[in-house]
Amino acid sequence: MAALESALTYLAANADRFWKALGIHLELAAASLAVAAAVCIPLGIWAARSPAAGNWAMNVIEALRVVPSLAVLILVFPYLGFGARTAMVALSILASPPILVNTYVAYRNIDPAVLEAAVGMGMTPGQILRWIETPLAAPVVMAGIRTAASEVVASATLAAFIGGGGLGEFIVNGLAMNNVGLLLVGGIPVALLALLAEGLLSIPEYVVRRRIR
Amino acid sequence: MTYLAENWDFVLELAWQHISLAASVLFIALALALPLGVLLARFGRLATPVLGLLSVVYTIPSMALFALLIPVTGLGFKTAATALVVYSQFILVRNTVAGLQGVDPAVLEAAVGMGMSGWQVFREVRLPLAMPVILAGVRVAAVSIIGLASLAAWINAGGLGVLLFQGLYQDHATKIWTGTILIAFIAIAASRLLQRLERRIRSGLDGP
Repeated sequence: MAALESALTYLAANADRFWKALGIHLELAAASLAVAAAVCIPLGIWAARSPAAGNWAMNVIEALRVVPSLAVLILVFPYLGFGARTAMVALSILASPPILVNTYVAYRNIDPAVLEAAVGMGMTPGQILRWIETPLAAPVVMAGIRTAASEVVASATLAAFIGGGGLGEFIVNGLAMNNVGLLLVGGIPVALLALLAEGLLSIPEYVVRRRIR
Repeated sequence: MTYLAENWDFVLELAWQHISLAASVLFIALALALPLGVLLARFGRLATPVLGLLSVVYTIPSMALFALLIPVTGLGFKTAATALVVYSQFILVRNTVAGLQGVDPAVLEAAVGMGMSGWQVFREVRLPLAMPVILAGVRVAAVSIIGLASLAAWINAGGLGVLLFQGLYQDHATKIWTGTILIAFIAIAASRLLQRLERRIRSGLDGP
């Protein structure tokens, strides 16, 4: 309880600092997610076009999942240095596997009969991608983005180790300074943020799923 | 390579710490999750709220969970182990419940019809049939525990994460690579081992 009290005292005295860290945390997570989606969705669609290579690539990605998030973040550091940019690169890497795998699976598992019907109706490949495949694949792709988002929101905390800023900084400093209150200033919001992200991100997925029906 | 050659005893010690942390966590986690899973499978109405609660805990990022535990349990092995045990409960309990509830009711009825007592049905029919699903959960939990245990070094609980943090603070890429590759290697080895066990049990079930 004393820890909670000191956390609240710190928060009251350093509110601006807290909001800034929260802003950086969210910005870092959102930017990494956007980069990962921009790269991995086209890549996943492309991989789905050549199943042999795609399958092999997906197996490699699955195997690489045994590398802990912390290791990915720290591994990037010697090559890119300290700072937010490094953190963003690492977080984008961490966000990639679920988006890539889900996109690949979604576009691969579209009923061939549907595609044939579309061709038979005289649709061009571009039209098929836009009007047939993408709407059908959307829910699964969305689910991948959601998994990636919770991964990124969580790992953005670890980004504090490599100078990425964000809420993890309170936790790192709290431990270094043996300040229990500071630990909670970081820990409680990060926990709430992760839960909130999980809850909020299930909404677009739900909407997309309903629309298709 | 030279780093590993010159410091193999230190690295080996860290690897041993990592494995023993993960193994003791898995052991404690199973000792809690199995009875809880059995209980929830028996009293099905409790399963949804309890699993919901566990999934909430599971969503909390590991570093935040450590931060929340330190004020209570302090630094070191105890905090790391507690956090990882709490974490793995969701996967383990969920799979135990799913495995036990997934057993064909007709099979259970047949066992009762053969005159087996409630305990016998559980021990000799239901549990063995649920085992592959439970073990699949153990495998997923083991891999995630081994990965998350790398953060234990940050709160002085040792393990291969020590190499990651030393590499970070000394800007020593070789140390980071060594730690990462060994952690991945341990995770793969554990996963393979459990997979083999799972297969053996499955084939034992299908046998005569």
